[in-house]
Amino acid sequence: MTETTVTPERPITVEGTETKRGWAGQSVPRKEDKRLVQGQGVFFDDVKRHGMGYLHFVRSPYAHAGITSIDVSKAAELEGVYGTLIGEEVAALTDPFFELSTPPGAHIKDYALAVGKVRFMGEPVAAVVATTRELARDAADLVEVEYEPLDTLVGGEQALADGAPILHDDAGSNVVWSGVFDWGEIDTALAEADHVVKIERLHFDRFSSTPLECSGCLVEYERATGQWTLFCNHQMPGVGAIWMGPALRVGLDKLRFVTHDIGGGFGNKICLHPYYVACCLLARKLKRPVQWTEWRTDQHTANGHGNERTFLDIEVPVKSDGTMLGFKVRAIDDCGAFPRYEPLGCIIWAQVTPGCYRWRNVRVDFTQVCTNKSPVSPNRGYSRMQHLWLTERIIDIVAQELELDPVEIRKRNYIKADEFPYETPNGCIYDSGDYARCLDIALDLIDYKGLVARRRDAESRGKLLGFGIGSTLDSGTNNFGQSQLLNPDLQFSGNNEVATVKLDIFGELIVTLGTVPQGQGHETVASQLVADLLGVTPDDVYVRPGHDSFWNSHAGFSGTYASQFAVTGLEAVKGATLQLADQIKRLAGVILGGVGSDAIELADGFARIKDNPEAALPFMACGAIINANNAGLPPELDDVTLNCRYVYRPPFQVPDKERNFGNLTLTYATQIHACFVEVDRETGVYEIVDYAAVDDCGTRIHPQIVEGQVHGATAHALGAATHEIFVYDEDGMLLTSNFYDYHVPHALDMPPIKTGHIESPSPFNSLGTKGMGEGGGAGIHVVGAALQDALRPLGRPIVTRSCNPYHRVWELMTTPEESRALVEVERR
Amino acid sequence: MKVEPLTSRSISVEINGETYEHEVDARRLLVHFLRDDLELTGTHVGCDTGNCGACTVHLDGLSIKSCMMLAVQADGATIETVESLAQDGRLQPLQQAFSDHHALQCGYCTPGMLMSAKHLLDHNPEPTEGEIRKAIQGNICRCTGYVNIVAAIMAASKGEVSA
Repeated sequence: MTETTVTPERPITVEGTETKRGWAGQSVPRKEDKRLVQGQGVFFDDVKRHGMGYLHFVRSPYAHAGITSIDVSKAAELEGVYGTLIGEEVAALTDPFFELSTPPGAHIKDYALAVGKVRFMGEPVAAVVATTRELARDAADLVEVEYEPLDTLVGGEQALADGAPILHDDAGSNVVWSGVFDWGEIDTALAEADHVVKIERLHFDRFSSTPLECSGCLVEYERATGQWTLFCNHQMPGVGAIWMGPALRVGLDKLRFVTHDIGGGFGNKICLHPYYVACCLLARKLKRPVQWTEWRTDQHTANGHGNERTFLDIEVPVKSDGTMLGFKVRAIDDCGAFPRYEPLGCIIWAQVTPGCYRWRNVRVDFTQVCTNKSPVSPNRGYSRMQHLWLTERIIDIVAQELELDPVEIRKRNYIKADEFPYETPNGCIYDSGDYARCLDIALDLIDYKGLVARRRDAESRGKLLGFGIGSTLDSGTNNFGQSQLLNPDLQFSGNNEVATVKLDIFGELIVTLGTVPQGQGHETVASQLVADLLGVTPDDVYVRPGHDSFWNSHAGFSGTYASQFAVTGLEAVKGATLQLADQIKRLAGVILGGVGSDAIELADGFARIKDNPEAALPFMACGAIINANNAGLPPELDDVTLNCRYVYRPPFQVPDKERNFGNLTLTYATQIHACFVEVDRETGVYEIVDYAAVDDCGTRIHPQIVEGQVHGATAHALGAATHEIFVYDEDGMLLTSNFYDYHVPHALDMPPIKTGHIESPSPFNSLGTKGMGEGGGAGIHVVGAALQDALRPLGRPIVTRSCNPYHRVWELMTTPEESRALVEVERR
Repeated sequence: MKVEPLTSRSISVEINGETYEHEVDARRLLVHFLRDDLELTGTHVGCDTGNCGACTVHLDGLSIKSCMMLAVQADGATIETVESLAQDGRLQPLQQAFSDHHALQCGYCTPGMLMSAKHLLDHNPEPTEGEIRKAIQGNICRCTGYVNIVAAIMAASKGEVSA
């Protein structure tokens, strides 16, 4: 059961409001729940249209093969089949999706269907549309594709080897992007250190958060206007449209994305554009709505995986007192067959370059490569998680090798509470926090003081007790200018989000969001803020579920990703609501006898004169006057529409491209986790027996939702730490392609989670909030650390992988020399 | 004379108190019959292997995964789906408890989770935490880590739900 250790002293009242109700800061009932618990949510697969056809993709059984021929004639002849699409048509009707990378990655050609060649198992080579889901599947079986298998490439390091099969002939190399980031003086630090700890290889495994609702869409094409409407579950439609429009050779006005309820996203629903383009082409070709719902096996084999990353030749300079000066590393990131959202992951990690630590000298030689595996997509904790795993592995390996205490070495190296705002070696500004205090709370929660007694007790039962810490940051609100550090020609920078708030004829308060929630409760949280600012209750505020590009409430970066709603989404809501409040007051001032708007307050659904509350105008009257009864209004109210739109733009600059220097994200939430594991000496089977997660995301608008995100992020991380791994064989066949083989945590797998929190308000936005929810993968780090600690008596093996199922623990126990051979300490 | 096998047949099913007579393809899964033919879209599909439990419904008093059964096999059966829980707009205690405890985020697993929980409480009104976790082990939730789901079921079993 959850134990919250710290409760806020008082609800937070948002500045700028005349009322002091303080809905913000309270866990009000979620608006979304009533429909969802009754099965009345509207997910894309619930939407139907007259005459729609169901699409099924014909997918490659090979990881790497030339396509010799495709024959769809037998499928097309089947009664009930509406039509087909193959790669050759796609190549003629669309342009390749634009690539974000400089060469060689820039030359990769990525289309909606495979053209000439397949590069991963499950890659779509053709599509069939039929009257029913079942018939579409039958017809897909009748499509005859001849392949000529090619040598397969499944490892990131092998991609760079001489003679490796080349995936993309146009690129001429398997490298997507490479570059060296060098901050501070790592060579000097290594020369002057008292000890240098060297780690030959660490590997962050491939997994994905696998949302329970698979991807999909229902696409309608309107011939009169050439416009496509996609009822879908894309979680970042602004960017989706930027990919799709040029590929389809249309402007963004021709693409309307509509979402309602989305069954989880976690980043895995960002790279849906190839599938959506195929659906768009077929909706136009067949003159009927086209529906596509991804099957679970398809999601595992061919949708977004998380980035897999190998860290090589790590060197860490350490002073005799345990102060660490930084590190150097060579990183090889395996993005699968196509870059898509990549190579952004080649820079996103730099948001947290030194992790939680005061390390000033860091050199990262970063290379991203393609392999014959599913393309990656941002996955909760995207790219920072892999890097933070590295920093946490570094700290625990150094601690073990130099016989330092894992708590003490962290506290010695953590950025101190009085050092915020703290500028990292690469110019990121950590806004606020208190890592040591969070760690102390976590240690209290799991009763760290009882460590020795617990070890003894475990030993008496044939178990090895291990203790671990995971210290991570959830950097939120991207500065998209970081993309220019990868490719100076890219025209992206800053960030934005939009909201509109209007007061309608009968007094309805209607909010539209540019964000695209997938369970984060945006309707509820937005209504809390609006209620505080307008003197009403959240029940009085209707927040439209989902997203619609035609609501005029979205901008280029709209979406729900990268831990930002609490900053970008809410700042947009606040901006629009303050405008509306001002307009209501001005209108009321005029109607109530010509007083200035300063004399008006908003409370209980009325605009009233502060000194004379009897003189009050209900919101309903305000809405009716402006919208339907406006004759005779004075000209000074000409700009009053009671329909206000605000675009929030965080205060960012384009980073310095010469020095790779600048602020890459606005806020940094903290997660400090601690746990005990018990490992069975005979089998390597282990259990997490105590677990604490302490979170600091600044000011919390809805504590219950925040805590829910902490639970969810922890569950994802524990899944990734213990069982979730996409395993490929040497032929590029995915061996964990559904929930049988790919084991996600079930209720019996989850340990009891104790939670605690502190609030260090962010100084960089008006609400003091920080984006949160991704969680930085703290659970991965904490389990690895605890396993390494537990196995110490068995030859001090080193945990070198992010995912440690029982059989890996067994290998570590029985052959400790193998992992030990990867570590060397130079003592001076 | 060659006899063509039947590829469809008419079935009669009582769902949430209403009787439906329907011609269905022999290979139609029960879940697709509910969702696509009857528009009972509260029951969800989260996998194709029977692992996730998003499609859990009650069939003749048993808690079953409706993606693991053909619609024709349900002929003559009595079925309850998530749509049966609330009465006259009033939430069933489990539904209220799920909302009280923030036991749902995206809400996609929720209908199946509720049906599994209801089956548990119908047969074991005062379960332990371990019994609750066991009862929902066939239902995957990717959002909550189950913490608040377990708390909500526990609260519902004790009648501790908000009005």
